[in-house]
Amino acid sequence: MDKLINLLYAAVLAGTPLLFGTLGEILTEKSGNLNLGVEGMMFMGGVAGLAGAFYYEKFVTAPSGALAVLIAVICAFFSGAFGALIYSFLTVTMRANQNVTGLALTIFGAGFGNFFGEVMANTTASGYAGVGNKIKDAFLGISIPGLSSIPFFGKLLFNYNILVYLGVIIAAAMAYLLNKTRAGLNLRAVGENPATADAAGINVTLFKYIATCVGGGICGIGGMYVVMVTCSGIWVHNCINGMGWIAVALVIFATWNPSRALLGSLVFGGLSILRLYLPLGIPMQIYGTLPYAATVVVLVATSIRQSREHRIPQSCGYNYFREER
Amino acid sequence: MRPLASQPDNSRKEPFIRITKRADISRRNAALIRSAAVVLALFTGALLIITLGHNPFYVYADMLKGALGTKTVFKETVKTAVPLLSAAIAVALAFRMRFWNIGAEGQILAGAMGAAYFALFQYKSMPHWLLLIVMCIAAIVAGGIWGLIPAFFKAKWDTNETLFTLMLNYIALGIEQYLQNGPWKNPRSGFPKISMFTAEAKLPKLFGVHIGWVLAILLAAAAYIYLTHSKQGFETAVVGESTNTARYAGMNVSKIIIRTMFISGAIAGITGFMQVSGSDFTLTENTAGGVGFTAITVAWLSKLNPIIMIFVSFALAILEKGANRIQTTFKIPASAAEVLTGVILFFMLGCEFFINYRLVFKGRKERSNG
Repeated sequence: MDKLINLLYAAVLAGTPLLFGTLGEILTEKSGNLNLGVEGMMFMGGVAGLAGAFYYEKFVTAPSGALAVLIAVICAFFSGAFGALIYSFLTVTMRANQNVTGLALTIFGAGFGNFFGEVMANTTASGYAGVGNKIKDAFLGISIPGLSSIPFFGKLLFNYNILVYLGVIIAAAMAYLLNKTRAGLNLRAVGENPATADAAGINVTLFKYIATCVGGGICGIGGMYVVMVTCSGIWVHNCINGMGWIAVALVIFATWNPSRALLGSLVFGGLSILRLYLPLGIPMQIYGTLPYAATVVVLVATSIRQSREHRIPQSCGYNYFREER
Repeated sequence: MRPLASQPDNSRKEPFIRITKRADISRRNAALIRSAAVVLALFTGALLIITLGHNPFYVYADMLKGALGTKTVFKETVKTAVPLLSAAIAVALAFRMRFWNIGAEGQILAGAMGAAYFALFQYKSMPHWLLLIVMCIAAIVAGGIWGLIPAFFKAKWDTNETLFTLMLNYIALGIEQYLQNGPWKNPRSGFPKISMFTAEAKLPKLFGVHIGWVLAILLAAAAYIYLTHSKQGFETAVVGESTNTARYAGMNVSKIIIRTMFISGAIAGITGFMQVSGSDFTLTENTAGGVGFTAITVAWLSKLNPIIMIFVSFALAILEKGANRIQTTFKIPASAAEVLTGVILFFMLGCEFFINYRLVFKGRKERSNG
């Protein structure tokens, strides 16, 4: 039983960056933009989040942990959103191919992250860019007096770091926004059929820009999570390591539904750490490919079983030009 | 009094800037716009260098020196360009079909593993030339199969190929790491490493660089002819434009997708063969080393034209080698190459707009063509 609790606990921690990436990409794709640059935006958010906390610690005599978390979240959000802004400008305004622009953003973002990670590392005496223990602790699990000490449930529900809860809140907020509000309806219309939305008086360009940039910002927070929590506040070369791409695949697994993204990221988070908890006698390296193999299975399964309700927004991947109807 | 409907007040209703589609653009103007984009990208890079506190002219000059300055570094640059070129040809074939093969990385590794098997375990059983040919064929088959898998699912169920090919990269890497740590590990080494190839499994050299560079240029020429002057190449382009058109014209779309991806994977496999047999003389987890991704850049910047790829791959090799150089001289991280590649790509993607469209300002008379 303890083992299962530990596994689930670790799965939530490992799945959270995937959750941010998936949610960000769902919002992006709902506007009809297929942004393949999630990996790049996570790199950008990761390095910016670290930089925010790193320089805050450097310039303030008595840094506060909570403020450091807030600064890291804000920096990561705007850095990811900046990457998405480049993407939106190129695809929405300049009408460039979405696939290639997304790939370019991945290349750029990975370079951006590693570049500034190393630039920061060069400024320190130790040769690596990392934050001190106090800030590191702020990204560890919280403990709520009373609640956290309930057997089983305390650990399962009330013992994570603050970003895990932020992810769940974003998922709930997005589910509400998309399904229950006028803005969400408009956004879905833009993603499904921009020409109709345009005719109905919806500002297609504005919706695409905002959804893509906010989505990119959410992806950026996911990257920051990898750096600050998974790598404990130190820049590790190529730390995102394909997580952004798994998030893109998870969007399909979640059928563009924020609530199902919660489940999907939990499952994939679990798969990525399963080898530490459940040795099956297969070699470690092969075991490590499990999340990727599972992604392939999901891709194939969803493509075979195409349902009308759970499908990609219709205009996703195609740019909309009013003049070319 | 309001103007009559038949005589609209043009000066008031016309927006400040209007976008119209260009019917045609001269080659010279298109080249001019693209060059301007590259210059602007380098300028953006210069701004970045200035913020780091260096003189961009010195840094750029040092990059060129590090990539072309001496005979030795020039050879190294050519050696870097070879896999970029052949992998770019591989992805271009798929891209022509609008099949977003971003799995060249895995296909290179698959090819490298196929070739390495014969180099490591069969080198005694055949003469030098035959071993090289067998290694090359093994690489073609292994890379081809690795490309075939996503193509099969794409053709049958329209499975998303972008993610599929990408996931296969990580799976190929996992298999390589397993071989490196397990069955293929050099028993005499304490580290999980695969032993170096023997002389029989190494590619010969021509002008100081392994023969792969000749192979890559031949591949470029062959791919150019294949894409522009063959029936199969034409079919690939038609499927890329519209699968429905292809179907109405009586083409077997599934067959074309699978065939093209086999060739694409096979060429990526050859890239892996050249890397292990000509450059590294062993198989490591860095055998592909991001080549598959940079190749996408090369292919796109060349507008999928294999002949132009020869020059673009060389240019990106200069960038990469130059970035290594400035890491040692200026302590600027080598990832600068990726940042700059990304910026160049952004500008090239953006400049296409000015090639396809024309901005008409308010009050200007519309000219016939730009």
